[in-house]
Amino acid sequence: MSQRAAERGSGHWWAQRLTAVALIFLGMWFLFSVLMLDDLRFDAVSAWLASPYSSIPMTLTFATIVYHSKLGVQVVIEDYVHGPSIQALSLRMNVLAHIVLAVAGIYALAKIGFGF
Amino acid sequence: MILSILHRMTGVALSAGLVVLTAWVLALASGADVYRPVYELLASIPGRLVLAAFSFAFFFHLCNGIRHLFWDVGKGFEMRQVTISAWSVVVASPALTIGFWIALQGYGA
Repeated sequence: MSQRAAERGSGHWWAQRLTAVALIFLGMWFLFSVLMLDDLRFDAVSAWLASPYSSIPMTLTFATIVYHSKLGVQVVIEDYVHGPSIQALSLRMNVLAHIVLAVAGIYALAKIGFGF
Repeated sequence: MILSILHRMTGVALSAGLVVLTAWVLALASGADVYRPVYELLASIPGRLVLAAFSFAFFFHLCNGIRHLFWDVGKGFEMRQVTISAWSVVVASPALTIGFWIALQGYGA
């Protein structure tokens, strides 16, 4: 392994742990918030996410989940998808899929938050 | 060993759950008419079963993930500690899942 790859590897390792620790708190905040809602129908959920005090942490939670998920699926691909070209393709598809999820989710949360 | 492979499997399952979460907020952003059928699908019996499975995957991945974080800082490696923490995960993750769904039942239909 080149030094560059080793550095990238340790960066991945740290990012995985950092997002994991963040998600202990953000994940529990999300589940607790859902339990606090009157119900999960449109009015209750959109009113909750229209407030910046829930929209901002929810966007942070969502982005952290996407990043943690990207890193995790990447490890699974590296360990189980063999063959250099299919692995490289899978890794790129993983990045692309997570970018799409990040843009879609953050766009949706911003739209609800700004009340467009 | 089994918990280790389950950690990966629940992780991949939660990535699928992320797609559902994204669809849910997109439906919410698209207005009440788009949200209603999505809500009804998720609130149906098969929908609830899928959500229950996702919530179990979440609580398992959370509990076992905390175990991994302790190992990362060099704690909990003694055989006895490994056994105790493994059983704690096995007991806590279904318990948290059941507790969460009991709390959710406060919602009317």
